[in-house]
Amino acid sequence: MGYVEARSLHKHFGEVRAVDGVDLDVKEGELLVLLGPSGCGKTTLMRMIAGLEIPTAGEIYIAGELVDQDVPPRARGIAMVFQSYALYPHKTAFQNIAFPLEALRKPPAEIKRSVDWGAGMFGIRHLLGRRPRQLSGGERQRVALARSVVREPRVFLFDEPLSNLDAQLRAVARFELKQFQRQIGTTTIYVTHDQIEAMGLGDRIAVMNRGKVRQIGTPQEVYNYPADTFVATFLGSPPMNLVPRDVHTIIGFRPETFLPKSAFPADVHVETFQLRVREVEHLGSDRLVYGSLEGFQGEAPVISDIPSTITMPIAEGETYPFAVARPNLRTFDAQTGFRRDDRAA
Amino acid sequence: MTALRREAHPSLAPPAIFRRRTLADREDLLGRIMLAPALIYVIVLVGAPLLLAVLLSFSASFAGSLEFRWIGLRNFASILADSQFRLALRNTTLFTVISQILVMILAVTAAHILEAAFAGRRVVRFLLLLPWAVPVSLAAMAWTWIFDSTFSVINWTLKVTGLLSGWFYWFGDPTLAMIAIITVHVWRMFPFATVIVLAGMTAVPQDIREAAVIDGASFWRRLFQVNLPLLLPIITVSVLFGVVFTSTDLGVVWLLTRGGPYNSTHVLSTLAFQRGILGANLGQGASIAIFLLPVLFLAAVGMLRVARRTEVGA
Repeated sequence: MGYVEARSLHKHFGEVRAVDGVDLDVKEGELLVLLGPSGCGKTTLMRMIAGLEIPTAGEIYIAGELVDQDVPPRARGIAMVFQSYALYPHKTAFQNIAFPLEALRKPPAEIKRSVDWGAGMFGIRHLLGRRPRQLSGGERQRVALARSVVREPRVFLFDEPLSNLDAQLRAVARFELKQFQRQIGTTTIYVTHDQIEAMGLGDRIAVMNRGKVRQIGTPQEVYNYPADTFVATFLGSPPMNLVPRDVHTIIGFRPETFLPKSAFPADVHVETFQLRVREVEHLGSDRLVYGSLEGFQGEAPVISDIPSTITMPIAEGETYPFAVARPNLRTFDAQTGFRRDDRAA
Repeated sequence: MTALRREAHPSLAPPAIFRRRTLADREDLLGRIMLAPALIYVIVLVGAPLLLAVLLSFSASFAGSLEFRWIGLRNFASILADSQFRLALRNTTLFTVISQILVMILAVTAAHILEAAFAGRRVVRFLLLLPWAVPVSLAAMAWTWIFDSTFSVINWTLKVTGLLSGWFYWFGDPTLAMIAIITVHVWRMFPFATVIVLAGMTAVPQDIREAAVIDGASFWRRLFQVNLPLLLPIITVSVLFGVVFTSTDLGVVWLLTRGGPYNSTHVLSTLAFQRGILGANLGQGASIAIFLLPVLFLAAVGMLRVARRTEVGA
């Protein structure tokens, strides 16, 4: 049984089924990422676990204990970091971090010790006297993290905590967050719409769409073996190429596995396609080749992501033989969109 | 595309009517014209009387005479020596402070209640605003009945429920009369304050309030440590309005008690009216009326400063 568990969880807002029957099983100590496009229900799911929303139906368990609407957020042993950080603007960093401890009526000496410990963990001891408006985005985020950690919660809930940081800082913060979570070992649920964040951080990723969990697995699993065409196209940039082979079958392959045939050694089993090149983008580290496969219905558009180590010249408007190694080829049911079991390969 | 690039196609040239600069293009002039009515109103109906009152307060002027004799600060000296004036000053302060404290407690409470989603919330919000919209004279009439020495609804209700054995002569006893006056002030001001606080609450980020819930703070801790501090700027503005409205109000006291019993509930405005208009001593009335002006001015400046300083910055 999981440390945090959701059982056929529903949340409906009128006609809208924000969360539509979710079963989730978060193991103790793991970092599970809820990934999906905006409006997929990931934030609502997290808010129900936090106790900020009451489920329409279904059950949530934290550490084996049923947390229904009679268990308010403060009794759930959770800490949450908001996208906006939600720091109290009139309180100093110290007072912000101390607030959850004051709510627990801890003695002042202990509060001081805990705040010092939390601030030390995120390297913000020198900022404790400042108000949020005197802090940079990255510093605010650390204050918010320190505030969440001092009460030693059973579960961390992170709601896109990095999305307000600029790109450079975000990469650093992502790394630090992962280090921190590993070190402290607290079960963590992390909501994001950013697949790079999800892939980089998650022990496992739950991909959501339209209120449902489409797939749960390690980053490698969801990337390499997407459960359906939604996951296949939502993950990866550029996304997986999907080409209808016949009425029943869609084949899929990642752009980085779709390369000029000459790039493959002769002994590799490949599936070969004729690619008519429409456009070539030079991105420095690689080339993106846009085109369409000949011999398929509707001139199926595909993308090839060629690393700069392959220098073969490619001209727009020409047709070249391209190939995919057979183990990298996925097949999906054209009706349901589900992947056919080809993992055996 | 080529047609668009060719110049001066007749149908593409702007019509002649748009070519001339019109009044609507001259923002400087237009702005002045549109501001003029408000400015004239303020100068003629607010500025001039105020100036006149200030001048009168330094003079020995009486109604029925156009004589204007400058006597400097002597009006102020005489009212300061007047125990009646000092009582009115004390009453004004008392009524203002007590009613504002009650108004803010009620307004914050009501705003919290009205914020919660419940059926009929709109109706309740509408009803709540009524006291503020009712003309003070009309309201005071109703209240004189509520506090009537014979028919008082309050007295009879208490009597019937057995909570009152004696009888309240609301306007016959100075303390009861003051309670009555403060009650009406509170009743009048609190809807407006509630609306202001309610508006202020929507400006407090939802995230911050939820963070306080997640952080495990109880209702009171959230109220006093998170919500109220964040509402402070807007509460300050509301209190400022309340102080100015209450301390300068003539209607409530005049219509309820006329300063009675035995001149015990006079406030500055009613005393000024009594001395200046009814007693025809314009100079003294004016000096009583504007006595609080510097105090109110300082209070306003101070409160606006507080409001600005505590404003929640990003």
